[in-house]
Amino acid sequence: MAKRIDVSGLHVYYGDFLAVEDVSMTIEPRSVTAFIGSSGCGKSTFLRTLNRMHEVTPGARAEGKVLLDDMDIYAPDVDPVLVRSEVGMVFQKANPFPTMSIYDNVLAGARLNNKRMSKAAADELVEDSLRGANLWEEVKDRLNKPGSGLSGGQQQRLCIARATAVKPSVLLMDEPCSALDPISTLAIEDLIHKLKEDYTIVIVTHNMQQAARVSDRTAFFNLSAPGKPGKLVEMGETNKIFTRPEKKDTENYITGRFG
Amino acid sequence: MSLTTAQPAGPGPGAGAPRRDLRSGSLPRYFPAALLASSAAVVAGVLLAFSSFGFVLWAVLTALSYTVIVVAASARVESGRKAVDRLVTSLVYICFALAMLPLVSVLWTVLGNGLARFDGYFLSVSMNGVLPSMDAGGAYHAIVGTLAITGMATLISVPVGVMTAVYLVEYARGRMKRTIMFFVDVMTGIPSIVAGLFVVALWIILFGPGNTNGAAGALSLAVLMIPVVVRSSEEMLRLVPQDLREASYALGVPKWRTITKVVLPTSAAGLTTGIMLAIARVIGETAPLILTAGSSAVSINWNLFDGQMMSLPVFIYSQVRMGGAVNYERAWAAALTLILVVMLLFFLARMIGRLFAPKSR
Repeated sequence: MAKRIDVSGLHVYYGDFLAVEDVSMTIEPRSVTAFIGSSGCGKSTFLRTLNRMHEVTPGARAEGKVLLDDMDIYAPDVDPVLVRSEVGMVFQKANPFPTMSIYDNVLAGARLNNKRMSKAAADELVEDSLRGANLWEEVKDRLNKPGSGLSGGQQQRLCIARATAVKPSVLLMDEPCSALDPISTLAIEDLIHKLKEDYTIVIVTHNMQQAARVSDRTAFFNLSAPGKPGKLVEMGETNKIFTRPEKKDTENYITGRFG
Repeated sequence: MSLTTAQPAGPGPGAGAPRRDLRSGSLPRYFPAALLASSAAVVAGVLLAFSSFGFVLWAVLTALSYTVIVVAASARVESGRKAVDRLVTSLVYICFALAMLPLVSVLWTVLGNGLARFDGYFLSVSMNGVLPSMDAGGAYHAIVGTLAITGMATLISVPVGVMTAVYLVEYARGRMKRTIMFFVDVMTGIPSIVAGLFVVALWIILFGPGNTNGAAGALSLAVLMIPVVVRSSEEMLRLVPQDLREASYALGVPKWRTITKVVLPTSAAGLTTGIMLAIARVIGETAPLILTAGSSAVSINWNLFDGQMMSLPVFIYSQVRMGGAVNYERAWAAALTLILVVMLLFFLARMIGRLFAPKSR
């Protein structure tokens, strides 16, 4: 069910402002691709164009092609709502629905879309998703308690469980660990390792050790100057990017000499 | 008796380099309370000595002397900053007392005058067949009218108001949004009697003259209520974090389901409070109801679409206009009833709000 993403010639605009310029890349299925780069270089913006979430921001638009396997998600007859059920997303800040219990949060994707589901099937989906997110053992006795009562790391894993419960083929993660302590971060990273067997995973991170630990391939984004659009500088095997980068900018960034 | 601890003189112990002393003198903790009590007692004593004791004068002089003494003492013993703090604290409390004064006074007066006639009989009979000067009759028909008219007004304005707010927050952009918000603000400023005249004119066009009824009253109240509901609902919907909407979109949920199943439930408690405030705003309206629902109905009428309907504010108005002692008693009792109805509504709103509020544990 994991799918390949092919991006070619993608520009992203906020109104008249060109935020990301001419990105082309291939994201392999069943692997983890990390986006690194300094703040404001457009990696989150680019990530959001992969499931058309950028359209939620007024004035934002993208030009170019994004192929999900062979389907262009920007084709005129494509429904962004359906794209998003195929390409799930986990956000920087854990955002469980405050009015719902843990159980209902996991089922939110199905419940909010009014899918009919037997009690047994729902129970099974909840247990599978929570086990998949390494959270089942911690919450199995309080499934009917509100999700907002969990710790930050648990909430983030709950959000991952919620995202996987709709069975997407791609999972986008926008700095999923930036608000978490090292132990919770480790739990999420273990989870990412496990999830890549079934999903195509794209993760934006500011933490280069994390990119080196979890990803198979890494893409480095940068601005040529403040106020200029962000660009994809270099993309390749994570090992290679971190040991023998081709571009000087990449080397400067990963060795901490700037950015 | 020493109420103060002296400020230590000079720099604290420390060899060589001058060290800044971090300590400062302070008034004992019981000082403000003790000062307030003693100044109240002293002022009362002085006023009684001059045999000119008046409650207002006593309160003003007490507050004044307390403020002056506490600031002076603080400036002497503590620092200038703490003296200013004590001055502002006193001013804030005095302002709070001034703000509470009318509220307490109104409640006290209404209770005092209204209890004379406020009983089960008053609440359960109408004025049907009662001559205005007879020692009988009650406000049941007015309670019925108030509940029916306000309920109908709520039924009209809540869907319109909440949906307008949803449109403004979730959909509207640019000029359209600014225009609607401008007109909502203008509507907030409509004098209530103008709303009443508007509906009377409408009813004359639709049904001919002399055919006003409870529904007309409800509509005029709805005109007044809608902008209040829109503004308060709009504030509440804006409080829902954008994160939650995005989380829902990211699950492949369409926008309308996100609004009905995530945004509205998350803000339900706030929406309820806003609606209750809007009801409280219109339940005491008199002028539009005199024009529309009539001021001479005496019998119980549950039917909004048939004939005149009495309501509590209009009942108060018409009783006061009759001018007899028993009429005044009825008016006060009806005023008490109206306040109790509003308080009951607020209590209900709190309960409902608590029911909907997101729980954390």
